Amino acid sequence: MSLLRVRDLRVNYGGIEALKGISFDVEKGQIVTLIGANGAGKSTTLRAISGLVPVKSGTITYDGNVIAGQQPQQIVSQGICMVPEGRRVFPNLTTYENLRIGAYLRKDDITADVEHVYQLFPRLKERSWQLAGTLSGGEQQMLAVGRALMMRPKILMMDEPSLGLAPLVIKSIFEIIQTLHDEGITILLVEQNANAALRIADYAFVLETGMLGMQGTGHKLLNDPGIKAAYLGSGA
Amino acid sequence: MWNTVFPYLLSGISVGGQYALIAIGYTLVYGILRLINFAHGDVFMVAGIVMVYMAASGLPLWLCIILDLVATSIIGFAIERVAYKPLRTAPRMSIMISAIGVSYTLQNLVLYITGGLNQIYPKIPWISDSIKIGSATTKVVTVVTPILTILLVVALVLLINHTKVGMAMRAVSKDFETSQLMGININGVISVTFVIGSFLAGVGSVLYFTNYTTVIQTSGAMPGLKAFVAAVFGGIGSVPGAVIGAFIIGIAENIIKGLDIILFKAGLTSGPMGLAIFSDAFTFALLIIILAVKPTGLFGEKSIDKV
Repeated sequence: MSLLRVRDLRVNYGGIEALKGISFDVEKGQIVTLIGANGAGKSTTLRAISGLVPVKSGTITYDGNVIAGQQPQQIVSQGICMVPEGRRVFPNLTTYENLRIGAYLRKDDITADVEHVYQLFPRLKERSWQLAGTLSGGEQQMLAVGRALMMRPKILMMDEPSLGLAPLVIKSIFEIIQTLHDEGITILLVEQNANAALRIADYAFVLETGMLGMQGTGHKLLNDPGIKAAYLGSGA
Repeated sequence: MWNTVFPYLLSGISVGGQYALIAIGYTLVYGILRLINFAHGDVFMVAGIVMVYMAASGLPLWLCIILDLVATSIIGFAIERVAYKPLRTAPRMSIMISAIGVSYTLQNLVLYITGGLNQIYPKIPWISDSIKIGSATTKVVTVVTPILTILLVVALVLLINHTKVGMAMRAVSKDFETSQLMGININGVISVTFVIGSFLAGVGSVLYFTNYTTVIQTSGAMPGLKAFVAAVFGGIGSVPGAVIGAFIIGIAENIIKGLDIILFKAGLTSGPMGLAIFSDAFTFALLIIILAVKPTGLFGEKSIDKV
């Protein structure tokens, strides 16, 4: 049985139907990606799963339990963590405090987890006492990922982690996603950079204005002529 | 010269401390909700009234003070839950109007209960006693206020910077949504903020009314307004800013009150010029100037929010 199951999910945003009944599954241990154009509803899907926006109808089940309608903190506490779009690190907190706040709901010792994050991102260790607002875009993205890891997520949802970053940084972000995948974390990735996303994805869904279009393995979509034309550009 | 200035300086520091304790409530709430809590001055006044009635019930005064502070904290908490929380996603103007509504409700409630008569504030032993410092004779409360204020401010700054709830407060003040993604209970953190603000206003009210001896339903208006100016002057959202702003305003106000005598004794004027009347005007002129010249205040952060 799949770890995360979304059935006929509908979400309204101020009278506009942002999601018009989408259904998909995320299998345990996989990297699943949602690709699509601006305004297709990719972010809305993640925000609905994390409880930030109310679900109009449909169900979201995680590990067999319905989570749609729960408060964000209840959802986070079950190990569904999000790296939000635009990084959204707390600029007035230090790098270390940002990691600590990622583990806000945990009562146990977090030293090992901080060490783990610093191992993944040595740059963050150097900047441990710096205010997060003074970090570069790439470092902030690393911090946003590290912060989400502090909760020891079962599912890590990442919203446009490559947005606005230099190509070299994007490359290392995708390498990290691969590493996390190897560590056994299930990943739900939303990307406009369809090319890079499909390359690492086990499975992919295409969202088009609130509805699901094609789906298949990353490899299959990468080689699909329709996808190529619409999302990957002719040179891809 | 010094002997003439000193008593005014002393009472300025004391009043400044009382303003500071109120101003922190404005600045904390603004920092987290971007709301100017117009009812805060009235919470301060209600704290005074509660103390009057509690003392009249015959309980020992030390217990009255504790119960008063607890009651004030609860009132602050309740106001937030009843009047602001339901408007969390409403436009900011709606919450502000709700705050004005709370302010008038509290004033009229007190008017109804007291019949609009001045209530004599209980005389708290020791801090009401007279004391002579240098050239000044004053109440002990004048000396106690700045010390207590500084201690409470240090404790508050430590709480904000070094505890988990303080970290959550700082996070929530920047980003509600991401804070929720961290598992932070936003409403809990906001409640804590209101409780702290009201508690400090309660402490301020004990000190202030010991000095001024009477409470009436409008007693909160002027100190509340001045504390608000202090918060804006220091940079609303900043705790140290509010405290420094409050001390500056308190001192300036009291020096102006004594300016006639100070200038006369220094031989600069030949008679009273009635300058004392400008002491309140000064505070509000300062507000206009700071808003025109440096709207973010002394320590405020740049913000594109418009209220």
